[in-house]
Amino acid sequence: MANDCFLLEIDDLHKSFGDLEVLKGINLRVRPGEVIILIGPSGSGKSTFLRCINRLEEPTRGRIRVDGTEIMARGVDLNRVRKDIGIVFQAFNLYPHLTALGNVTLALRKVLRMSRQDAEACGRRMLEHVGLAEKADAYPSELSGGQQQRVAIARALALEPKLMLFDEPTSALDPELVGSVLKVMRDLRDEGMTMVVVTHEMSFARDAGDRVLFMDGGEIVEEGPPSTIFRNPAHQRTREFLQRVLHV
Amino acid sequence: MRGLGDTFFNLQVIEKYLPALLSGFRVTLALAGAVVTLGILLGLTLAMVRAFRFRVVNWLIVAFVDLFRTLPQLVVLVFAYFGLPYAGITISGFTAATLGLGLVLAAFAEEAFWAAITAIPRGQWEAARSTGLSFAQALGSVVMPQAVRIAIPLLTNRTIAITKGTALASVIAVPEILDKAQSAMSLSSNASPLIIGAGLYLAIFAPFVVFSRWLERRFGWII
Ligand SMILES: Nc1ncnc2c1ncn2[C@@H]1O[C@H](COP(=O)(O)OP(=O)(O)OP(=O)(O)O)[C@@H](O)[C@H]1O
Ligand SMILES: [Mg+2]
Repeated sequence: MANDCFLLEIDDLHKSFGDLEVLKGINLRVRPGEVIILIGPSGSGKSTFLRCINRLEEPTRGRIRVDGTEIMARGVDLNRVRKDIGIVFQAFNLYPHLTALGNVTLALRKVLRMSRQDAEACGRRMLEHVGLAEKADAYPSELSGGQQQRVAIARALALEPKLMLFDEPTSALDPELVGSVLKVMRDLRDEGMTMVVVTHEMSFARDAGDRVLFMDGGEIVEEGPPSTIFRNPAHQRTREFLQRVLHV
Repeated sequence: MRGLGDTFFNLQVIEKYLPALLSGFRVTLALAGAVVTLGILLGLTLAMVRAFRFRVVNWLIVAFVDLFRTLPQLVVLVFAYFGLPYAGITISGFTAATLGLGLVLAAFAEEAFWAAITAIPRGQWEAARSTGLSFAQALGSVVMPQAVRIAIPLLTNRTIAITKGTALASVIAVPEILDKAQSAMSLSSNASPLIIGAGLYLAIFAPFVVFSRWLERRFGWII
């Protein structure tokens, strides 16, 4: 099996909450540097799927390989695996008791066991990367939503992940703050980061996505390049969904 | 009026018994310090252990908490001092009072810290775990620093109320303020020692109350 050319491989992934089957056998192959856009109606399982990839949600069954590592294998060091998979949440989830720099450096010190000095040097570089060098000492409550989300991105990037997951990173933001976050994500793409992004920002999906996946009812209904999915979707369900989101 | 002043503020009586009352003051202060230290640290530890959700351990913690929240403090003290010797364990009145009141405070403190831990949004745990922190690291570095701040307003009143229970220790022969004031009162047939005793309690607990107000202001934000 020539699986070296894929960074992320997912086979027949299932997830149920009790009787409710939320993921009904998802398959996905992602090449290094690819940007996957995941769209779909509310409740279709997008967040659940993303959260299964780093096992924040425990899949019911299936296989997940990240850069060759079977992360569903028994005895796998989950904390090591997660270090390689950054995730950015809709609600930012910054630590309110720590400064921006403290948020970025916590895992560097606790997980990578860096000295405070090294961690802070790295943390400041990361904040600079997302355009927030001057906010290092600010607490989350002192930052705008867009700034908070960029700190959250810096926090994930600091661990030098191989894969970044984004769960509607701009949905909680005022419209005028969306651009700053999308810009950081575009820069990341240009640097070659592999990303899976749940988003309803269609312009971002069109010009930053390599492939768009349309998910509905716990299945991937259709996938293809943005131009095809947006202009000429094959499935009725996809057409209906796009009509709804593009008209609001 | 002269009679009243003589009864409640007799300088000769005060002068005579002041050294005894001051020794009681030191004992109360030491006892209060010991109770707060034991109660808060044990309560914090139990709440953190509870977060790991080992089923049997959690049953034991909940049983301990419910028992000591239910029993009157005086009953706990009397049991520790007069009851334990029947089991061959004899402890001093001071130790019995520290243990009795400390365990009661620990029970309430555990509940306050636990309520605060469960109030931390799930996203905080997820952010921490997704960056590779272990459960224990997430608890220690992300959840507890926030939970402690949330718990402070829940804790201060309880801590003051239970620590004031040090006066109950007079019942089990701990030579604290009330004990000294009572014997001075009966020896002198005068109420002045009680007034001084009340003043000494104020001297301990007024700063305590002021400190707790400061703590609540400083750390009492809810996320
Ligand atoms: N912890 C949970 N327990 C039970 N059911 C859950 C849980 N998390 C999600 N679900 C259910 O799983 C389904 C998929 O939820 P999910 O959050 O993955 O959808 P989504 O596509 O991300 O939706 P949205 O666009 O609204 O974010 C929903 O029906 C939801 O109610
Ligand atoms: Mg979602």
